[in-house]
Amino acid sequence: MTEPVVEMSAISISFPGVKALDDVSFRMFPGEVHSLMGENGAGKSTLIKALTGVYQIDSGTIVVDGQPVSFTGPAAAQAAGIATVYQEVNLLPNLSVAENILLGREPRRFGSIDGRAMRRRAAELLDGLNLDIDPGSLLGSHSLAIQQLVAIARAINVDAKVLILDEPTSSLDADEVAELFRVIRSLRDSGVAILFVSHFLDQIYEITDRLTVLRNGRLVGEYLTEELLRIDLVQKMIGKELTVLDEIGRKAHSADGDGAAADRPAEYARAEGLGRKGAIEPFDLVIGEGEVIGLAGLLGSGRTELARILGGIDRADSGTLTVGGAGSKLRTPRQAISRRIAYSSEDRRGEGIIDELTVRDNIVLALQADRGWFRPIPKKRQEELAQSYIQALNIRPANPDALVRNLSGGNQQKVLLARWLAIAPRLLILDEPTRGIDIGAKAEIQKLVYTLAENGMSVVFISAELEEVLRLAHRVVVLRDRRLVADIENDGLTVDALLALIADGSVAEEGGVPDAPAAVSGSGAARASVADTRPDADTDPAPLETSGDRR
Amino acid sequence: MTATIDRPRTGAPLPTKPGRPPRRPVDRLRDVLTSPKSGPVLVTAVLFVAVFIVGGVRYNGFFSGQVLLNLFVDNSYLIVLAVGMTFVILTGGIDLSVGAVVALSTMIAASLLQTGWSPGIVIPLILVLTSVLGLLVGLMIHVFKVQPFIATLAAMFLARGLCYVISKDSISITEPTFVALAVTRIPLGGGLSITPSVVIALAVVIVAVWVLGFTRFGRTVYAIGGSEQSGMLMGLPVARTKVIVYVVSGFCSGLAGVLFSFYTLSGYPLTAVGTELDAIAAVVIGGTLLTGGYGFVLGSVLGVLVLGVIQTIITFEGTLSSWWTKIFIGALLLVFIILQKVLTARRR
Repeated sequence: MTEPVVEMSAISISFPGVKALDDVSFRMFPGEVHSLMGENGAGKSTLIKALTGVYQIDSGTIVVDGQPVSFTGPAAAQAAGIATVYQEVNLLPNLSVAENILLGREPRRFGSIDGRAMRRRAAELLDGLNLDIDPGSLLGSHSLAIQQLVAIARAINVDAKVLILDEPTSSLDADEVAELFRVIRSLRDSGVAILFVSHFLDQIYEITDRLTVLRNGRLVGEYLTEELLRIDLVQKMIGKELTVLDEIGRKAHSADGDGAAADRPAEYARAEGLGRKGAIEPFDLVIGEGEVIGLAGLLGSGRTELARILGGIDRADSGTLTVGGAGSKLRTPRQAISRRIAYSSEDRRGEGIIDELTVRDNIVLALQADRGWFRPIPKKRQEELAQSYIQALNIRPANPDALVRNLSGGNQQKVLLARWLAIAPRLLILDEPTRGIDIGAKAEIQKLVYTLAENGMSVVFISAELEEVLRLAHRVVVLRDRRLVADIENDGLTVDALLALIADGSVAEEGGVPDAPAAVSGSGAARASVADTRPDADTDPAPLETSGDRR
Repeated sequence: MTATIDRPRTGAPLPTKPGRPPRRPVDRLRDVLTSPKSGPVLVTAVLFVAVFIVGGVRYNGFFSGQVLLNLFVDNSYLIVLAVGMTFVILTGGIDLSVGAVVALSTMIAASLLQTGWSPGIVIPLILVLTSVLGLLVGLMIHVFKVQPFIATLAAMFLARGLCYVISKDSISITEPTFVALAVTRIPLGGGLSITPSVVIALAVVIVAVWVLGFTRFGRTVYAIGGSEQSGMLMGLPVARTKVIVYVVSGFCSGLAGVLFSFYTLSGYPLTAVGTELDAIAAVVIGGTLLTGGYGFVLGSVLGVLVLGVIQTIITFEGTLSSWWTKIFIGALLLVFIILQKVLTARRR
């Protein structure tokens, strides 16, 4: 094995209140494509930013090409041969392609920029990437994929030893990805060490040679891609002892898997071929009344995108959605709310609660918006609403006039829930409602979801924690790489099986869900299974039978 | 990574090779016109010619070279102001202080010349002072992250206030060099002539075209307007450039003030009120996007000429009050801003 070109040892970085990286080591070899894997908050981007000089490290050492380095900024890292192409193409749409490649290093003659030499040099670089575009054209006039390749051209012009590609494929289509991979391979063959970060497991397995897995700011391990099974990778990323999880999942799951098949809940909403370009491939989904549907998938798998389309936040560009028997086009959240569909965002602070308002104001907000601003809710009614939800959801402090800013995360989440419950939704879409809140509040919210479903409300529940999904959901919908890959009854479903589905969609040989047909979206098998195995929300919560006990 | 270029190409040909099919001239024309880069400028150029022709058809004696040259003579200071403003607006900023700085420059010139200072000292002094004021504004914007609008508004009040500190009344300039510069006409043959101010203004324009188009500083100005964040990540000297554009604008305001005092031969605290808005209007009509990143100095010059020609037409009309100029400019601005919105929206 050759010497690593980058060797980061025992790196620690802290932000106020958080240890973002804790004693993480990471190395990259020339002529290899390496990937950093990890869920949200694992520390991937922090590690990348440490390597690109954006963040200063608190402790540890970085050795590049045998030389210990300490970067003072992105420019220093670039000078050391570390080039980065960021997820959102950080180029200048208003300047020419040639300028975007060479800005800051333009060839000059007598103090003037030599435009002709610049275009020639840019053309050479683009040629090296097999890209036939006019270097004099405006960057903004090209597609995102081309812009991405231009960014790579810029990066390799710096004589890069290390090329970092942060989510380069998130907005590319299959052909464009193939083109990008061709460029990556040829760069790799010329001896560049490439760090390829992506949420797409298929792409990771196609292009990378080596993987480093992080979790919660700690190093899980470094593996050769070919030696690591997908299921093991996902397990390492999510990082639960599977056997233990299994138990919890089985014990806590409250839906009755057996004997309830007879009364399938009435259909409330049905999506057919619903999709949105670049967000999620067309999917079919049936949501029954009083049914809790868990969406499982890695970050970036399309789980939030699916929820946003159902909630009317993003417009679908294909397919139909039928709600309560009537076809409906949801163009705005307002339309969704008027149909009693509520979407509670995963971004609690940015898209959820309003910091500077009181608990009461936050709770009545959606209801007020639905009534129209010219029919204010009487003060007394507001007070009643707030008080009743504060009691029902056990919001602390129990003071309707407290500023939401001062509440804990869990209580903020409850306020947000109260806001949506106030409009009496028929379908409640909860995107990561339990993320970052304490265990007590988490349990309360889970209980609430359960009770709501019992009373006939349909719930779409997203969580990165699989055991939570298994505990609550009657049906689990699995997403991978922006596609709905499985729609299965949560009937003795195990975390193992779910992990396998998340990892590569093929369950049969991984074991775990013998009778749950994990099929590609829309396949007859999956639909059929939905049709005849019906969880019943109205039956009493009963402990789930052991996994062997199935029809 | 020179190795990449020399390496034999093993890769398959581009699956989606973005070829350039032969284009019809109509397509190309449409492309140019809808490009946020050149579209608005071309529209302005067409507009200028059209207005000039309308004037020529309507009024006797409008179609003379001297009428055209007088557009430069009467607006030389505004051209210089618009050049400085172009730098600022290209970065996505704004400079509201320029009108007040023009007034301050005329006051400094008039009062110092009155006390017997030599123009050879007074003029450089003004340019240095206004550049320093620009530097302070730039630092305020950069270091304290003050909105350019607010920072330059503060500078505007400061400069205007300083005018009154110097004198409440108009001070006339009788210094021989200034008077000479004011009345000198440079003959161009055929009975045409321009003033030295025009020469200075055009020199400023040429330098500005070179700086913006062909120097790293100039391209960084555009880069900041395109995306400050990207520019920073690309390793460009964003902070320094942002400060310098305000220095440039300050310098141009000082120079414009000097030219203005050649033109009026006096210093008056209330002079050039609202000129900053004329300069901004000229820059916007000249096709520079207020959000920065797109635009040309020559466009701004065209913008000034459009304002000038409207003014001239209203003078020729004779019966219209000069306030009609403002109404036309207002309408024109509105049209241009909407045009820019449409053009940029198409591109997104």
